[in-house]
Amino acid sequence: MYPSRFSYDAPTSVEEVIAILDQNGGEAKVLAGGQSLIPMLKLRFASPARVVDINGIPGLEYHRVDPDGTLRIGALCRHEDLEFSKILGNFPTLSQASSLVADPIVRTRGTFVGSLCHADPQGDWSATMIALGGKIIAQGPNGRREIKARDFVLGPFVNALAFNEVAVEAIVPPAKGKALGGYLKLERRVGDFATASVAVALDVDGDIVTRAGCALAGVGGRTIDANDAISVLVGKSLNSESIKEAAEAVAAAAEPRTDHRGSSSYKRHIVETFVTRILSNIANSEQKAA
Amino acid sequence: MTSLYDEVQAAPAAGVEVRRITVNVNGTDRTVDVEPRLLLAHLLRQALQLTGTHSGCDTSGCGACTVLMDGRPVKSCTVLAVQANGREVETVEGLATASELHPIQEGFKEEHGLQCGFCTPGMMLSAKALLERNPDPTEDEVRWALSGNLCRCTGYQNIVKSVLWAAKKMREQNQEA
Repeated sequence: MYPSRFSYDAPTSVEEVIAILDQNGGEAKVLAGGQSLIPMLKLRFASPARVVDINGIPGLEYHRVDPDGTLRIGALCRHEDLEFSKILGNFPTLSQASSLVADPIVRTRGTFVGSLCHADPQGDWSATMIALGGKIIAQGPNGRREIKARDFVLGPFVNALAFNEVAVEAIVPPAKGKALGGYLKLERRVGDFATASVAVALDVDGDIVTRAGCALAGVGGRTIDANDAISVLVGKSLNSESIKEAAEAVAAAAEPRTDHRGSSSYKRHIVETFVTRILSNIANSEQKAA
Repeated sequence: MTSLYDEVQAAPAAGVEVRRITVNVNGTDRTVDVEPRLLLAHLLRQALQLTGTHSGCDTSGCGACTVLMDGRPVKSCTVLAVQANGREVETVEGLATASELHPIQEGFKEEHGLQCGFCTPGMMLSAKALLERNPDPTEDEVRWALSGNLCRCTGYQNIVKSVLWAAKKMREQNQEA
């Protein structure tokens, strides 16, 4: 298998990328890690006239935490950079997901921001970003704009970028209070798409939840935004009662379909189990720490 | 100078974009004219006749085509050849010298780490990348590092043993050096 013909550009600045995208009116596609785009080119699900390879642009590989606690992830930060990162201590949802994305070889090439742009309903990172209340910075001919992660994914494989915009950075805001969270994924084997996965992110003041975020992958035609469902936790502490209430609310927000990975009811059950497990793990480790 | 996809045609058709790239493969610079759509796996196997890199699933799922690019394992069926321009690529052919097997190859021999051998080149390169980062991995760490490489014969047991054997041998060699 090989892709259909395309013209190839390897610009060395974001401005050049935008100019190429702008000139090609929707017929150009940005190539970052390529771990989703190249298979799609080979399968001819995608056949853009131009491929704009951004791997030669210096200064986009970073991920860093600002003094105020904001996490910034550049467009060429690879999955494995996050997996082996030493600075994600305040971002447990991300660090737990980082070793579950695809497989180790894909993680050397694939990028965090590229994965968000790909907007796969089963993608891990979109779920974590929606749970964390993250944002994506898009840059186009008229400068930069921020797009909330929950507004970024419009549907399966459809994101909110204009044809002449490129996503240059992802931002996770600092927690108000203590950041707690987790990510659990059921997959048939390493590298398979998620049967179901759950991202949970909480801000906690003392033992009271001040913000609760949750999103699901693999259980709907797009990443499921379960932030409203899990907000039943806000103002409460984590105990068996509140955990049960939250798990049931989140499971009700899932839109699973029966397929070769499992029945709809099985997947919903997994979601409820995973939410319970993540929240119970948090409650137990907080109790031990106290 | 070979132009690919030369399985389609010997010379590029008029108007077909061709890029001249230079890739350091196993220590030697190789210059080839390629179409941008050429995959690294096909550059290695067809243009450079390095058929030790195996094409398995062709859909980024199996890891058989794994090579090292600037030292990190990549699925060569999921990287464009033009993206390897100016970079160092190591394939299974780069492991042994004329007279000596690489310790990882020795390990696979000693511990019977293969049956049909199709996944072996990819396994060995993933193992090499692991041992460069972590010379003394646990069994779990070996299993984790190889989890992107599928084997349909062995059940992985002997592959893991082979990598642990190689890790020990390489540590001993480093102590002597």
